Amino acid sequence: MHASQPSTGAAIEIRKASKRYGAFTALNDIDLDIRPGEFMTLLGPSGSGKTTTLNLIAGFTDITSGTLEIGGKSVTGLPSHKRNIGVVFQHYALFPHMTVGKNVAYPLALRGIKGDERAKRVRRALDMVKMADFAHRYPSELSGGQQQRVALARALVFDPPLLLMDEPLGALDKKLREWLQLEIKRIHRELGTTFVYVTHDQEEALVLSDRIAVFNGGRIEQIGTGRELYDTPATLFVGRFIGESTVLRGSAEVSGDETAMVIGGQRVFAHGRLADGARPVILLRPERVALKRVGADVVAGENRLTGTIAEAIYLGSGSKYEVRLSDGTTAVARSPLGAADFVIGDTVDVTFLRSDLILLPDDASADVTLT
Amino acid sequence: MPSFSRIVLGLFCLLVAILLLAPTLVVIPMSFNGNKSLAFPPVGFSWQWYANFFSSPDWTTSFSNSLIVALIVAVVATVIGTLAAFGVSRAAARTGGLLRALLITPMVVPGVVLAIGIYAVYLDTHLVGTVTGFVLAHTMLAIPFVLIAVQASLEVFDRRLETAASSLGAGRLTVFRTVTLPLILPGVLSGALFAFITSFDEIIVALFITSPYLKTLPVQIYSSITRDADPTVAAVGTLLFLATSLIIIAGLLLGMRRERT
Ligand SMILES: Nc1ncnc2c1ncn2[C@@H]1O[C@H](COP(=O)(O)OP(=O)(O)O)[C@@H](O)[C@H]1O
Ligand SMILES: [Mg+2]
Repeated sequence: MHASQPSTGAAIEIRKASKRYGAFTALNDIDLDIRPGEFMTLLGPSGSGKTTTLNLIAGFTDITSGTLEIGGKSVTGLPSHKRNIGVVFQHYALFPHMTVGKNVAYPLALRGIKGDERAKRVRRALDMVKMADFAHRYPSELSGGQQQRVALARALVFDPPLLLMDEPLGALDKKLREWLQLEIKRIHRELGTTFVYVTHDQEEALVLSDRIAVFNGGRIEQIGTGRELYDTPATLFVGRFIGESTVLRGSAEVSGDETAMVIGGQRVFAHGRLADGARPVILLRPERVALKRVGADVVAGENRLTGTIAEAIYLGSGSKYEVRLSDGTTAVARSPLGAADFVIGDTVDVTFLRSDLILLPDDASADVTLT
Repeated sequence: MPSFSRIVLGLFCLLVAILLLAPTLVVIPMSFNGNKSLAFPPVGFSWQWYANFFSSPDWTTSFSNSLIVALIVAVVATVIGTLAAFGVSRAAARTGGLLRALLITPMVVPGVVLAIGIYAVYLDTHLVGTVTGFVLAHTMLAIPFVLIAVQASLEVFDRRLETAASSLGAGRLTVFRTVTLPLILPGVLSGALFAFITSFDEIIVALFITSPYLKTLPVQIYSSITRDADPTVAAVGTLLFLATSLIIIAGLLLGMRRERT
């Protein structure tokens, strides 16, 4: 609890946690384990319950049911000011009547750290975010990015074992955001503090996180590394939320351990089968798709669907194509530099290996939420 | 070159300014009248009415009575009004609106009605002619002003700063002392100033609850002017005008300094 402890990250254990506002369930029975020192990102569309989860951890709101442990201890009923957790907000929340230096010294003053020790720690925290030259400025004299760096210093200066950030870069422009992402990553590496980071930006989540928890409608759909979520999404929602994808829908025929799907009269074969009753869809990653001229040789294990190029975009590092399939679906393909070029209107074969297909149960919510 | 409409506008503003200032500006020369008369324009020049104000116990006691009552009222009304403002702005919207309407009634109800009511109650409770009586009555009259001033600053106060302070380790009282209060302080101070002036200036209720042993300055001015045409009232008026001008100028200067930092 006392601030002079060396900072090692705290573990978080959330079990069957729910949060209700009247009749509305903002958070529905979530389980979440965060390891000491981990960078965990809560990712999901707006309104999916990310902030609510963060608020529960910070102690800004009470849990309706379930348990929450931080550092192995239950924090139920512990008010936020006794939790010793750093919090960074999207809106910076710097005290406008205090200089940058006073803002950063604030949590130290509350912990009875005085004089040289306080000055030293303020300086170190401001150095860490490269804001040491601004100690005498007022927040209103700083840009958004500078304010957020000060807020980060203030949230870390008392060496909390846990830092929570709620869309901290949401109000900044893209360039600044990308630079600050790297800064945050560096600081996380240097400190060993547990970071819990909220964002609705999947690219940001991939850049920063050790693991990502994907939220949808008050539930966690999947928790895993970026690679796991991208390569083996557990649900159609996760598959569509992380990275680009093409969703193929058709009537399915299951035989043994193989599922065939009929799409616009053509058959696509996939390994595996879904539990009985689930309507399968196929998720395709654009870089797993190869476009070939009609009539090219068939490789073993290859699926092909015929379509017409609807859009061709040159990306420098390669090209991106949108192909209209015979059933109206648009398939996205990325081809590396040096692959065959196509122009709009070309008829092509969209080919992909059976092993590259991701077979998932259909889920109407995945489409609605992504608009 | 300024356009015709700008000239007209300028002249109009000047007219309004003269209209607003005229009564005040009439009082100043009257306070230096050589004769014991309130006639305008004054005749001759003398400081005697100022001398009279500072030497006559009628005037000095009533002045210090007013000062004491107004200072206590400023403190009490500011504390209660600030707490009320918190209650109103943090209650549910409908409850808050209702509370606010209720708390503001002393400002809307005609002064005489309040005065009669207060007088009736004070007769029974022996509060007529007491400092406590004045403080209670004036506090009631002053609370709405504090409420409005503080509520206005609470409206623009970002409550998320309180959440941030709490996450940094501040308990509720510390949050109030170190974050909320400093940021709403301009509202609280102007509320206190309004409360002070409300009490210092108040005549209607004061006329009802005054006694020969406890007069406030407005009561003394009123009885002096009805009894004899004594220019001392003009001297008092001029002094008050000077004092308030100084306070306001100091406030403006302070405000300008704060903006620059
Ligand atoms: N104080 C509240 N009262 C009622 N509903 C709330 C409250 N706070 C959040 N919600 C609702 O809970 C849901 C989840 O909100 P939130 O956790 O803020 O989402 P996110 O941060 O993922 O955008 C939203 O539908 C939101 O409207
Ligand atoms: Mg949010």
